[in-house]
Amino acid sequence: MAQAAAAPLLSVEGVTLRYRTKDHLVTATYRVSFNLFPSDRFVVLGPSGCGKSTLLKAIGGYIQPTEGRILLDGAAIAGPGPDRVFVFQEFDQLLPWKTVRENIVFALRAGRKMPREQAQERAMHHIAKVNLTEFASSYPHTLSGGMKQRVAIARAMAMEPQILLMDEPFAALDALTRSKMQEELLQLWEEAKFAILFVTHSIPEAIRVGNRILLMSAHPGQVRAEVNSRGVDDPDASGKLLSARIHELLFGGGAQEGFAHV
Amino acid sequence: MSERPEVVYTVATQNLEVVEKPLAAWAKLYESGAVRKTVVLIALAAAWELYARWLANPLLVPTFSATVRALFDATASGALPQATIYSVGMLLKGYGAGLAIAALLTALASATRIGADLLETLTAMFNPLPAIALLPLALIWFGLGAGSVIFVLIHSVLWSVALNTFAGFRSVSPTWKMVGQNYGLSRAGYIARILIPGAFPSILTGLKVGWAFAWRTLIAAELVFGVSSGSGGLGWFIFERKNQLLIADVFAGLLTVILFGLAVETLIFNTIENRTVRRWGMQS
Repeated sequence: MAQAAAAPLLSVEGVTLRYRTKDHLVTATYRVSFNLFPSDRFVVLGPSGCGKSTLLKAIGGYIQPTEGRILLDGAAIAGPGPDRVFVFQEFDQLLPWKTVRENIVFALRAGRKMPREQAQERAMHHIAKVNLTEFASSYPHTLSGGMKQRVAIARAMAMEPQILLMDEPFAALDALTRSKMQEELLQLWEEAKFAILFVTHSIPEAIRVGNRILLMSAHPGQVRAEVNSRGVDDPDASGKLLSARIHELLFGGGAQEGFAHV
Repeated sequence: MSERPEVVYTVATQNLEVVEKPLAAWAKLYESGAVRKTVVLIALAAAWELYARWLANPLLVPTFSATVRALFDATASGALPQATIYSVGMLLKGYGAGLAIAALLTALASATRIGADLLETLTAMFNPLPAIALLPLALIWFGLGAGSVIFVLIHSVLWSVALNTFAGFRSVSPTWKMVGQNYGLSRAGYIARILIPGAFPSILTGLKVGWAFAWRTLIAAELVFGVSSGSGGLGWFIFERKNQLLIADVFAGLLTVILFGLAVETLIFNTIENRTVRRWGMQS
């Protein structure tokens, strides 16, 4: 892709993130830099403890970096806002006191100040896209985990953010549902080509969802590599599978077998 | 050993046995909480009637039927409705004032850390203090009238409501808080549309506990000094009839206190609960 010519949509420049626990000062990420371009499906992949979720929260504007800066469209991020919509891992991200449709309408009216009629219409459009039309008037607690995540994705897409921030959105789903959701996400992306920043700890998921994968090492989180993916676990010129290359980069050489297939 | 053959079955879609079957009439009745509770109430009333008849001393325990008759007569004469209206008016004033002060304290506690410390300290100090214990002091400060009753009512409502609301705010799921911030809600919008609904189960508990405290405090306070400016509430009704040895009337007054409590619990709080936290799946 001719991305090098275009300006990055999001640039993370030497970002160090620290937070304080009761008796420690923890460095979650150390001088992390990368660029995300429009229409990227950018995956941040790393073992637990590499600070990938903290990094995503900093991009979401919930935490300020102690060092470095994060630019969205050239402007520094000041706080949370509807131009970067989150899809969380937790199933409780939908507000339980609102139905599926009301959840999306509320997001549109609170975040984008949209008139009610238009918000209703757009909510139904996106509910239909994730095949939940018959559940539009249901309350979230009556839905299954996968359905809740679909609503969260529909809500995020309805808000038409500049970037969709996805924090291990499918991690709490069963394997069959997860695979189906990955497929659906890619279909939705094909239609709208929105920019996604997707955090995961699963190598197969990273390869399937991403077109560009940022590999991070743990304690503290540092960038190990950036690799490309075409959506399948292809062998490269030397005949090595992409998953094997990623595994080697993350965990060092040697152990080719037995990495987590989660 | 040869490999086992694969097997594929077709799934039946028609002529299935029972998938869903409507329940029998009695099973449906038994499913209804109202029906079950009515049965319990009828059994209790029957036990009361039998015991009172066996005891045969209307000065100690009048029969259920005599109590109902007394209730009916006192209602017809207007004495009981008047006392009830007076008590409820007093209760609403005290409850309303208590809620307003609780809202103020909770807002302060949510906004600043020192406010939270203030609320926690005050609650720890005053919550265990029975409202009635403040009555003598209230009499000195506000005199023999509505002022002192409202003062003790505020005391009985305030702490449970403030404590529960504040605890509720703090237990709102961090994910919902992040979702609210993600939408770019204003401070007031964030409180009204995320924090309050998110903390609603706790807030409702606080309102219920506060209401129960207020109601029993009110009746007790009226028993101690009912008459102020010529009219008394239910507590005074009970006290006065006891002095006249109209024990069936005393029971009728107590029954009114109970019935009003039940009515508020089922008609108001249960309705709110069914329409909010139950419907939202935040409470089963």
